[in-house]
Amino acid sequence: MDTGKLHILAIGRNAEIMTVMQRLLNTPDNWTGLAVTTNEAALSAFEEQQFDIVLLCAGITPEEEAILTAHFKQRTPGSIVKRHYGGGSGLLKNEILYALENK
Amino acid sequence: MAKTILHKAATRGHANHGWLDSHHTFSFANYYNPERMQFGALRVLNDDIVAGSRGFDSHPHDNMEIISIPLEGALEHKDNLGNTVITKAGEIQVMSTGTGVFHSEYNANADKHASFLQIWLFPNQLNVAPRYDQATINIRERKNSLQQLISPDRNGEGTWIYQDAWFHMGRFDKNTSTEYAVRKQGNGVYLFVISGAFSVNGQLLESRDGYGIQDEQQFNITALEDNAEILVIDIPMFS
Repeated sequence: MDTGKLHILAIGRNAEIMTVMQRLLNTPDNWTGLAVTTNEAALSAFEEQQFDIVLLCAGITPEEEAILTAHFKQRTPGSIVKRHYGGGSGLLKNEILYALENK
Repeated sequence: MAKTILHKAATRGHANHGWLDSHHTFSFANYYNPERMQFGALRVLNDDIVAGSRGFDSHPHDNMEIISIPLEGALEHKDNLGNTVITKAGEIQVMSTGTGVFHSEYNANADKHASFLQIWLFPNQLNVAPRYDQATINIRERKNSLQQLISPDRNGEGTWIYQDAWFHMGRFDKNTSTEYAVRKQGNGVYLFVISGAFSVNGQLLESRDGYGIQDEQQFNITALEDNAEILVIDIPMFS
């Protein structure tokens, strides 16, 4: 169902930081988000939900990044998959806006 | 042919939260300018003033090299690596945030503000073990010369980071000049005037102006006022 909101999936290995990400992704009125700590949870969520942007956070290796990116883009062509830097604060909003403008 | 970009102080993003008055050279938090996202691996250059006893509550970072350079006053740093330290002007603080670290930064004094530069670089390695480091700098050694604060060299002067970047600061008398040679082929240089005014290859730079130079291996820096102070960041360039 299209809610008109930007739907964001974040994957990272640091559970405490992903808890913060979960809160940050659901703070703006026009965003909803899900933060998970395993690739399996991310792949499962991606099968069940339509995400506009996938953020790859700390702990995801370059090899995993390549595999996840290929999977997400094959499953939903046009989906945006980006590295997230900084752990949420400061850069998150900028990263999302820039990614949308440059997709 | 050198490529340059001038960021005048007045064009920076600005956020005044009462306890924090911050100017952003590059896009940060609610300041978004797609033309001001980064200069190579230099992603954040915030010029922060923190009110007495106030500060940043515990919050996370990851996969960024975060450098704090106190200019006035002192900051109390606490993190989940077990560090509780005070950093004051003349010292420099580095966090390699890697797989993730939580920290807080508070003005250590109740009766006066603290000002500092908060600088974030993209790292050259992802997911490193987080580390905290602090170095004391002899400010007198930067009189009329550029003093190294940071390098990639673990045994170098100052402290080190996970990036092929070099930080220098200098405080100059009026009409004193120095030549700066880029430390690594392909790096650019971002200059930030802390106080006073400089001419850099003929470009006038005033207090809190920033100036990026690419494709130039060496250039001249001349102070136009007494006690003019400048930060020089030698940084890998990539889009």
